[in-house]
Amino acid sequence: MSEPGAAKSLMLSLEDVTVSFDGFRALNALTLYIEAGELRCIIGPNGAGKTTMMDVITGKTRPDQGSAWFGKSTDLLQLTEPEIAQAGIGRKFQKPTVFENQSVFANLELAMSGAKTVWKWLRARPTPQQLDRIDAVLATIGLSTLRGQRAGALSHGQKQWLEIGMLLIQEPQLLLVDEPVAGMTPQEIERTAELLVSLAGKHTLVVVEHDMEFVRSIAKTVTVLHEGSVLAQGDMNFIQADAKVKQVYLGE
Amino acid sequence: MRESFVNAPFAALSADRGGRWFLYLLLGTAVIVPLLNGLPGTESALHLSNYTMNLVGKYMTYAMLAIAVDLIWGYCGILSLGHGAFFALGGYAMGMYLMRQIGTRGVYGDPVLPDFMIFLNWKELPWFWHGFQSFGYAVLMILLVPGTLALVFGFLAFRSRVSGVYLSIITQALTYALMLAFFRNDMGFGGNNGFTDFKDILGFSLQAPGTRALLFVATALGLGSSYLLCRTVVSSRAGRVIEAIRDAESRARFLGYRVESYKLWVFVLSAIIAGVAGALYVPQVGIINPGEFSPANSIEIVIWVAIGGRGTLYGAVVGAFLVNFAKTYFTGALPSFWLYALGALFIGVTLFLPHGVVGAISRRAKRRAPGALHE
Repeated sequence: MSEPGAAKSLMLSLEDVTVSFDGFRALNALTLYIEAGELRCIIGPNGAGKTTMMDVITGKTRPDQGSAWFGKSTDLLQLTEPEIAQAGIGRKFQKPTVFENQSVFANLELAMSGAKTVWKWLRARPTPQQLDRIDAVLATIGLSTLRGQRAGALSHGQKQWLEIGMLLIQEPQLLLVDEPVAGMTPQEIERTAELLVSLAGKHTLVVVEHDMEFVRSIAKTVTVLHEGSVLAQGDMNFIQADAKVKQVYLGE
Repeated sequence: MRESFVNAPFAALSADRGGRWFLYLLLGTAVIVPLLNGLPGTESALHLSNYTMNLVGKYMTYAMLAIAVDLIWGYCGILSLGHGAFFALGGYAMGMYLMRQIGTRGVYGDPVLPDFMIFLNWKELPWFWHGFQSFGYAVLMILLVPGTLALVFGFLAFRSRVSGVYLSIITQALTYALMLAFFRNDMGFGGNNGFTDFKDILGFSLQAPGTRALLFVATALGLGSSYLLCRTVVSSRAGRVIEAIRDAESRARFLGYRVESYKLWVFVLSAIIAGVAGALYVPQVGIINPGEFSPANSIEIVIWVAIGGRGTLYGAVVGAFLVNFAKTYFTGALPSFWLYALGALFIGVTLFLPHGVVGAISRRAKRRAPGALHE
């Protein structure tokens, strides 16, 4: 395995990560590097370990062996889930999980980075800067006019964007996005693609997706996972030409 | 604009029409009931019997308990089936104070040892009974004992991410274990007889009409302040986090909230309110025994809240009054029928009024005024 280019700074390094569930190896010595500002797509058949990989990065699952570093100095394996979130890693779940009983605005306010302990949060009030920040994110995700709406009343696509907004407002360095366009209409998919592409650079994005059209439209680099480790990596044309990938994933 | 902690409850009430109604009604009850009990002669048609005042007072302590359960279940999604334990512990702490007040007026006339200890042939007061001769100490214990138990239990349960049905089951086990323990004579809490035959509180005879009226007013005050406290909590910013945890716990966790500490904090607050309710209950009914720890009691509290309407706070009060009024009526008129009636009521409400009685009423009101959909 070759060392990545030292010139660009690494945002995420997973090395030799193995996770077993009852003998089944969900991740098998997975090694993966993501550079700062990258928009990386991860594809792979069901059971390839995509979700487990996200779980390891966010602290939900502890690997049996291997290391996971965020930037150069943060050892993810030493941190709890809230600490990882505070350190700057945001995760978007596959199903939209927004707080359905609260307004779009309140959802973003809850998501805002800052004091999250009971007492500090109880006493704090949003500052004008924070209110501006909420407005800016509402504009980015295109929900400015729906700020007072109950989140539960939003369409599926709008909920997904709201959830992305909830991640953005925390100003994470690394965004993990799990199947963002599942169940979206073509127009919604197009808007989501624009949104994600516009976020890359300022943020680092890791997108897990099944929709090949969508992956082709956003990704520069695609990583194919298979049986818990990297099968192939490169641009979309390279991936689609790869014989191994064709065999296990593209079904030929 | 920065709200202070002083005006936060009033700010919370301004958006809470049901709560304002409830507090006016409670204020009226706190004034009128003791007056009707004390002023008109016993023959007067306006006279309210001691029994009725006592009954309403008892219902008010149940309503406090229901508010405590609604706070954690309705707002934080923690279904405790053991809240009767905190109520009973508060009650026992008050009972210990009342026992020590009996002094030489007991059957055996010992100035220090309560009767049941003499009966068990004990020579000296167990260590945990020391201090209970002081009302201030008893009040401290009423807050501390349920609060500490909730803190330790909640810390262990929430830290291990025990939730849902599993948490409900271990809360049941908690109250059941406490019941078995309190049934034992050598625990030092009077075994299955518990405590009774109280004489006075703070020097006032518990039989005196004035004391009863004051206890009634104190209970109304306790109920009103519990309501205000819980309303303030749920409409605060922390309240929104609590609701967020109820609706999407893992999302809240990934946003960086320490879900466990929010849950723990609400759970402890709820247990303390339940303990205070128990402490107000005991001097009014004049007895506390291990039956209060019975798992069935704790399940009944949840039924009150479900019937009234969870997640509204005042719904819990409505449920506690409705069910207990029905219970008093049925256990008098058709004793064998009560448990069936309770079961039928619960099933009926779950099927036809999923938001409880107050939910059904407010939905009807909103349908009539479609403009008022947004709060």
